[in-house]
Amino acid sequence: MSGPLELEGRVIRAGVAEGIALCSREPIGFLGGVDPESGLVIEAGHPLEGQSVAGRVLVFPTGKGSTVGSYTLYRMARSGTAPAAILNAESEAIVAVGAIIGDIPMVDRLDISRIRTGDRVRVEGGRVTIEPWTAATNP
Amino acid sequence: MSDGLRLTPEEEALLAGEGGRGVQRAMEIVVALGRIYGARDLVPVASVQVSGVSYKNLGQAGLEFLEEWAAEGARVRVPTTLNPAGMDLLAWRELGFDADFARRQQAVIHAYTSLGVQPTCTCTPYLVGYEPAYGQHLAWAESSAVSYANSILGARTNREGGPGALAAAIVGRTARYGLHLDENRQPTALVEVRCPIRSAADLGALGYWIGRRLKNGVPFFRFQDGVSRAWAWKALGAAMAASGAVALYHVEGVSPEAEAVTIAGLPSLGVDDLAPAYAALDGKADRIDLVSLGCPHASLAELEAVADYVAGRRLRAALWITTARAIREAASAAGLVERIEAAGGRVVADTCMVVAPVSGLGFRTMATNSAKMALYAPSHSGLVVRFGTMERCLEAAVRGVWPSAGGGRGV
Repeated sequence: MSGPLELEGRVIRAGVAEGIALCSREPIGFLGGVDPESGLVIEAGHPLEGQSVAGRVLVFPTGKGSTVGSYTLYRMARSGTAPAAILNAESEAIVAVGAIIGDIPMVDRLDISRIRTGDRVRVEGGRVTIEPWTAATNP
Repeated sequence: MSDGLRLTPEEEALLAGEGGRGVQRAMEIVVALGRIYGARDLVPVASVQVSGVSYKNLGQAGLEFLEEWAAEGARVRVPTTLNPAGMDLLAWRELGFDADFARRQQAVIHAYTSLGVQPTCTCTPYLVGYEPAYGQHLAWAESSAVSYANSILGARTNREGGPGALAAAIVGRTARYGLHLDENRQPTALVEVRCPIRSAADLGALGYWIGRRLKNGVPFFRFQDGVSRAWAWKALGAAMAASGAVALYHVEGVSPEAEAVTIAGLPSLGVDDLAPAYAALDGKADRIDLVSLGCPHASLAELEAVADYVAGRRLRAALWITTARAIREAASAAGLVERIEAAGGRVVADTCMVVAPVSGLGFRTMATNSAKMALYAPSHSGLVVRFGTMERCLEAAVRGVWPSAGGGRGV
């Protein structure tokens, strides 16, 4: 079994968070793409459709869609359905602003292909520590 | 910590919270955007225009955030105006808007005015006393206004997101990247227009066609049959920002920067016929429920042309001309509103048919002379849209059906 992996990225919203990774190969748009009441991805045909982002370390390449999506992230933070942290390959304005106004730790400029759904991830400033998923750590 | 972004001591202090939590939050947003887009520093802005005003788009989340930001003590530092709201703020009841929606929309406007924002509720702030000067840096959000300010007035603004624009207003600065920099204002394509332009609809059709091809490039237009500064240029920019993401264009003989930019060696694109663009924007409907003019918001001259056409006639379809409150008041003083309303039309202020909850008003088909509206109304409001000149749209209002032809009588 390999040890924890460490990545260093750029801080968009500073903070400390820990959770289980939920990874998407596709961009995520929050307005109309995620239900703020439940935290479920509702965009038809999205790879994460039907899964909840609440409390997860949400990993995706970049954001997309309407700038009003920033407010959706704020609402999710208020409702307790927001991700614990957001990790992007390259951040854009909508999700970045949403993370700032929702106080959600966010890091970008990361090789997100190194993270798999189910990995335990800790975010501290720009440092991302990844404990790969194993049957032993996730019984 | 801030990559290549340098902040002044005053900016650092605001980021550290010395201006209070609301200002700190605004500075966090401006700084994050600056880092994402690789800005070297921040630039003071002369004015800000904020989008995210209609409750239909903003929703409860946005309203709560605005209220919290105001409660944190945030206030704008520069003249700041609002994009259209989801309804006419005064005449909403007689126009058929839902009372619950109206209450929430009023709360949004109240939150913005608490932040010090002027409730202009228009996509054409440059027509109501907020015309930027050449070379001024702005943080504007509405795509058609951004395009007009950059291209016709020579001001400098990126297309800001709603919260980013409001943050810029609260700190009086935006990140200096994109269209704030000379190198990004150079054209990327030469567009040779070889067919005549006779109407705002023609400009919209042209804009739709070019925006789809160039995506986010910077077109340089050369009109073979000549141009006038008085043309309804807002129709061109609105369409290019809707079908593509064009935020700046240059027009030979009109744009203040057109003579300073380099066009030698640009890839060129010829336009000989607007018929394909008209065909792409025009839907299938004979009966017309609603004729929508004023996208972007109508100028006084456009309201005058409408009043001249409908005066003394009786309209069969609903006719809504959307405009800024201040333009409506000027039109009212000139007797134009009375003439339009006597025929059965409405001069609707503060809103537009893209951001209003139109599907709840009972309309199923629309005629418009706006390419932007023709692009958005089907997906945003589920309407079938006919696209044509203002005269053809007004004839549709008179007859209640889409007329077989109707030419343009002036741009």
